[in-house]
Amino acid sequence: MPTLNDILILLPEFYLVAAACLLLLLDAFMKPAQRPLLHWISIAVLLVAIYLVVAGQPPQAVTAFGGMFVRDDVAEILKAFALGTTAMVFVYARPYLIERKLLGGEFYTLMIFAVLGIMLLVSAGNLVTVYLGLELLSLSSYALVALNRDAKLPPEAAIKYFVLGALASGMLLYGMSMVYGASGMGGTPTLDLAQLHNVMSYTTAPTLLLFGLVFMIVGIGFKLGAAPFHMWIPDVYQGAPTPVTTFIASGSKLAAFGMAYRLLDAGMGDLSQHWQLMLAVLAVASLAIGNLVAIVQTNLKRMLAYSTISHMGYLLLGLSAAGPEGYAAAMFYAICYALMGVAAFGVMLAMTRAGFECEEIADLKGLNQRSPWMAFLMLLAMFSLAGVPPLFGFWAKVLVLEAAIHANMLWLAIVGIVFAIIGLYYYLYVVKVMYFDKPEEGGASQAQPDQPLRVVLSLNAMSLLALGLYWGPLLAWCRRAFGL
Amino acid sequence: MFNHLLSLLIWLPVAGAIPVLLAGSARPNLARWLSLLVAVLTFVVSLFLLGQYDPSGAAMQLVESHLWIASWGVHYGLAVDGISVALIVMTTFVGILVVAGAWEVIQDKPHQYMAAMLILEGLLIGVFCATDALLFYALFEAILIPMFILIGIWGGPRRVYATLKFFIYTFFGSVFMLIALLYLYQKAHTFDLATLAALPLTFKEQAWIFFAFLIAFAIKVPMVPVHTWLPDAHVEAPTGGSVVLAAVMLKVGTYGMLRFILPIVPDAGAHFAWLVIVLSLIAIVYIGYVALVQEDMKKLVAYSSVAHMGFVTLGIFIAFMLVREQGHTDMALLGMQGAMVQMISHGFVSGAMFTCIGVMYDRTHTRLIKDYGGVINVMPWFGFFYVLFAMANCGLPGTSGFVGEFMVILSSFSASPWIALFAAFTLIIGAGYTLWLVKRVLWGEITNPHVAEMKEINARETFVLGAFAAAVLALGIWPQPLVHLMDGSVAQLVQQLAIHKI
Repeated sequence: MPTLNDILILLPEFYLVAAACLLLLLDAFMKPAQRPLLHWISIAVLLVAIYLVVAGQPPQAVTAFGGMFVRDDVAEILKAFALGTTAMVFVYARPYLIERKLLGGEFYTLMIFAVLGIMLLVSAGNLVTVYLGLELLSLSSYALVALNRDAKLPPEAAIKYFVLGALASGMLLYGMSMVYGASGMGGTPTLDLAQLHNVMSYTTAPTLLLFGLVFMIVGIGFKLGAAPFHMWIPDVYQGAPTPVTTFIASGSKLAAFGMAYRLLDAGMGDLSQHWQLMLAVLAVASLAIGNLVAIVQTNLKRMLAYSTISHMGYLLLGLSAAGPEGYAAAMFYAICYALMGVAAFGVMLAMTRAGFECEEIADLKGLNQRSPWMAFLMLLAMFSLAGVPPLFGFWAKVLVLEAAIHANMLWLAIVGIVFAIIGLYYYLYVVKVMYFDKPEEGGASQAQPDQPLRVVLSLNAMSLLALGLYWGPLLAWCRRAFGL
Repeated sequence: MFNHLLSLLIWLPVAGAIPVLLAGSARPNLARWLSLLVAVLTFVVSLFLLGQYDPSGAAMQLVESHLWIASWGVHYGLAVDGISVALIVMTTFVGILVVAGAWEVIQDKPHQYMAAMLILEGLLIGVFCATDALLFYALFEAILIPMFILIGIWGGPRRVYATLKFFIYTFFGSVFMLIALLYLYQKAHTFDLATLAALPLTFKEQAWIFFAFLIAFAIKVPMVPVHTWLPDAHVEAPTGGSVVLAAVMLKVGTYGMLRFILPIVPDAGAHFAWLVIVLSLIAIVYIGYVALVQEDMKKLVAYSSVAHMGFVTLGIFIAFMLVREQGHTDMALLGMQGAMVQMISHGFVSGAMFTCIGVMYDRTHTRLIKDYGGVINVMPWFGFFYVLFAMANCGLPGTSGFVGEFMVILSSFSASPWIALFAAFTLIIGAGYTLWLVKRVLWGEITNPHVAEMKEINARETFVLGAFAAAVLALGIWPQPLVHLMDGSVAQLVQQLAIHKI
């Protein structure tokens, strides 16, 4: 029987479920004219959820429902940032949604359910919770991608996403079943991650366990979008409505990190010497494919999609270091990437207007002439993504590189840095287009400055600079979460 | 206030860029005056720094240290020695002239131009006084952003190619340095340069770290064979960009060698000194010949910069040879001092040369030597300055160009007469390309109609060129204060060379 204590531990999650259901009802019974109110209500819902997460933070890790759910610092930090970036997505999405007549309950409810999935996923203490959270997130995301169902690309992207996602979920589930089986050979079968930790020491079927691990890594790789499981990323990024892309590039990546951490460290920590190399290979493949293919893209969303793949390579660099240092670096990277991704897509959202999608890199030509401030914000995002100091992205890269060197993988750090040089080109190219090219007719500009968007986006992009100048507290926070 | 003098120097121009940007394109004159005000204030503060600095002590002075990133033990650590002070004062001095030099020349978004210049100035000052390796690295890389923008927006026709090449080339070099620094951090658990200097390292480690550092700094200096970004960047950069690039930014490379290679990997440095010496001699002789055949004035001066910076690297690494192999500490000291004087002198001379080319370019919009001829007939005052700087560029005694080169040649003679022989080639080649340039541009009859329409330099240009001329002559006639300023610090560096760390 769940006790009151269990429910209190899950208070933010229960609250979000209730709020999302309430939003659905509101949407159904509201007059069409009042619908825009939903926007502000949803943002308020998320802000209250952040408050509940932060204020209710237990002094040390606690579990609920017999270990199904873990509430520790790692989960709290990831949740706070996932909620925060989603609230930012809401702010940035408003003009886009209004102009495309998509502003309605579906978007907000689905987004909140997706965030709920993230919250479950990063708090998972059991294979079942991992799967539940993952599916909640994925199913909401599939639907979100197809939100603009009258256009050509979104349904196509959603089908691709769904088919490949289902395949990956199947792989993950298959792997989990093998791990479960292996845990039963020579002991009591268990799905609990904490108990799975030492299966390797007693199981009579270590090969089965390793097989299970490989399949689980496929699932993780898919969720992260690491090469060679990256095929869906460019199409989905391009096809999805930009606000949804923004969400997939930010909150979803935090979730992927959380899932990888839960499964690999809590569950399969004993096998770290085995998965370390697998992750390193994924990292190298992602860095290579992401950075090289991004160079030839002309569509900004596709370019950022490949850039995501390469960034996941860096995140894997930290994860493959397989230690608290590495995890802290990887989490720092995930947070950093979420902030950068939201900022970069946010500028694109700010540029869209009725009948005009700011999608091609060429749309940004001469942006510095039309909207110097927007160009400057994009410049910050691009230099941060490229990893040029003093911006935030640079320090995140330094941290994962340090973690790799610390784990005696100097070669991996060198591969990472070489691809950073290659990746530099396409970010600089965007800056070049904005600053050095002459503006063209029909290019991007901020047509109707939406004040909240402008303010939040400015704060978002400036935070890349501010955190670049003073990243100590955030790092300390990440390290403390992993007991450093 | 006194404890934060260095911070003030860094942040004053950076913060000063904000009101300049806010002035906007609608009020270009306000932006210009504001940036001039900031540049002058920064110069005044740097003079104050000069007064505060006590040249008799060898230790780092005006130390500022705050814990920046607690969990990594990274400090916001600033301090200066004589070399830093000299470079900082040169930077702020050039900063004023660059702002003044761009006054009416930059008509397109002057506020952004000026702001980028000021930010660049602040970052460069930061590089010259950082005592924490990570802080140094961050500033070292951050410099690229404003420079990228400067060349890309206000540059010449091939600016995009040049600026991308510049950015990626220099970024390429420095990332290996980052790996080396992270490796050192694993061993020492700090980025503090003084601690790293005391860290024992095996020869193999030193060799790898040496090459990682060398790539980073050699590209910045630039040394042969990684100098190819420089002619492109110089040719396409706006005048002010070229001036800062040549006068200050190249010095970051040699300064980095002094701060990183010399103290942290002295044994590898001594072992591979021959390599750097050979590359320096190639720069001096071969690049001198390359300069000779250039048809573009800016390219010619750019190549001559590579050749002159060859003297700086020669002076630094000849010291290894002298100290480690022959025990000539006093000669090593001379060579090192020569290198330092050459750094400062080259800053003024190359800055002045690029300003001169800019002055001509503003009138005719061409940089090709063949488009000129007989300029002295229409611009006698300009001709006066141009000849003066040309003389300094080929190292005429009495100008600053002579002092450093002479000291370096003298000390390399005691290391090996052969090295001195090749180094001394510069006296002939340098004179060759510079005087030939002067001959083709200034002297002779006016053959091109647009030269006849060139107007004499105005008061603003006279001020800029005059200031450069004063600096060049002052250093040439009386280099003693500069040498004295850097004396203790150079002696300290030479001492560090001798310490075996294995």
